Amino acid sequence: MKFSYYPGCSLEATAKEYDLSARAACQALDVELQELDDWVCCGATSAHSINKTLSVSLPAKNIAIAQQVGHDLVIPCSACYNMLKKADHHMRNDSDVRGKMEEIVDFKYTGDVNVLSLLEAMVNRLGIDNIAQKVVNPLKDLKVVCYYGCLLVRPPEITHFDRDENPESMDNLVKSLGATVIPWSYKTDCCGANLGLTSSDVVQGMVGRLLDAAKEAGADAIVTSCPLCHSNLEMRRKEHGTDLPVFYFTELMGLALGLKDCTNWFSTHLIDPRPLLRSVSLI
Amino acid sequence: MSTVSPEKSFLDEVKKRSGQPIELCYQCQKCASGCIATEFADYYPNEVIRMVQLGQKERVLNCSSIWLCSACETCGARCPNNINVRAVMDALKEMAIEKGIIKEKRVKQFHNVFLGTVYSHGRIHEVSMMAKYKLKSLDLFSDMGIGFKMFTKGKLPLTPKNIKDKSKLKNIFDKSDPSMLNVKLEDINYGEQKTGV
Ligand code: SF4
Ligand code: SF4
Repeated sequence: MKFSYYPGCSLEATAKEYDLSARAACQALDVELQELDDWVCCGATSAHSINKTLSVSLPAKNIAIAQQVGHDLVIPCSACYNMLKKADHHMRNDSDVRGKMEEIVDFKYTGDVNVLSLLEAMVNRLGIDNIAQKVVNPLKDLKVVCYYGCLLVRPPEITHFDRDENPESMDNLVKSLGATVIPWSYKTDCCGANLGLTSSDVVQGMVGRLLDAAKEAGADAIVTSCPLCHSNLEMRRKEHGTDLPVFYFTELMGLALGLKDCTNWFSTHLIDPRPLLRSVSLI
Repeated sequence: MSTVSPEKSFLDEVKKRSGQPIELCYQCQKCASGCIATEFADYYPNEVIRMVQLGQKERVLNCSSIWLCSACETCGARCPNNINVRAVMDALKEMAIEKGIIKEKRVKQFHNVFLGTVYSHGRIHEVSMMAKYKLKSLDLFSDMGIGFKMFTKGKLPLTPKNIKDKSKLKNIFDKSDPSMLNVKLEDINYGEQKTGV
């Protein structure tokens, strides 16, 4: 199985463990990820907040690059995924937008490339059974809640992935790795997104609520698929001990698949997850 | 002057820019009950919609809600009338910027610096972007400790990664006229960021 891969800016810096674990887990599962050559930033919230045209043309540029390669495009970061998925949706369904983007980006939109989140590629294309078969280090005694955040499943009429109020795909994937996944009602609540950088007190309130809810549910850790959620959940908390660490789902895949690199990913976390993993004899 | 000065043209303009059926809102507040920003912003999302329906232009363009909306899309996914309030918030933000009304200056500064960095490098380089944002917003010392910790963990590379094909990217920026997709905007000056850090 082969995909084009769009890491996005966060995965080159603050979320580098997401990039490393995604690539390593995919390799172990015989899924080839080919990084898009010379990809550009998706524009993120800033583009759609102050220049709507740019919020479609920057993603369109990346879709144009992916078209040259031909494979479907897989994106780990939920925020980048959301931008590219929306742009693709508008170009696919609105000839006016499509025409303008073809002019701006200087390409011909074919619609041949499907945009997928990495989670979707794992669950719907590779299949949970195929992942479960390769588990050598089941995550026994690890109790987690899965946190999808807002941008992976919304808007549902565009993402067409999972249920937008109570998504299950990450829960099922992490369960198949041997962990105990606890249901909770904050799966798609917003973490505050990039308001963390400008209004950190606001986000601290949002994050505090999520952490309290996860603890109340009985979880020892939170699993996510979004670099923004990950950094808000780690940075915007009042105490920076080792309580309630936050994992990318790909890190747990790597751990369960027995990849020896995983401790290098864990050592980059602001909230060190290693004491928890040691306490349940997983590292 | 009364605060209620119905301006039909205002409603029409917000509808056009956002593409949302704003007139259908019947104030069920489903959007507000899931909105993470309600605790911090001055108006609930349903109140913002109401003000638009009533043509209360000044009041709505001056509110903090349009800036503190995190674009989480919860409102749109739940509204029984398929009103995506996030799209309305974006449209109002654009109109506020055009009028020079920037209630949450830091948020706006952040967006400008972010897009300026993309314009210069093609990708976001967190260190130079945050340095520039902090200088512009004069919010110099928050997050220093966290930044240092990230740096020691090897998560904040000091030199930006640049894309190869910058001229084509600049071309995309230059051609992406904000007014093209029904949005007008005069206030962004990407060129200002050209020189890098
Ligand atoms: S959910 Fe929709 S109809 Fe209900 S108050 Fe909000 S915008 Fe209006
Ligand atoms: S998109 Fe904005 S208005 Fe809608 S629920 Fe999220 S924060 Fe509130």
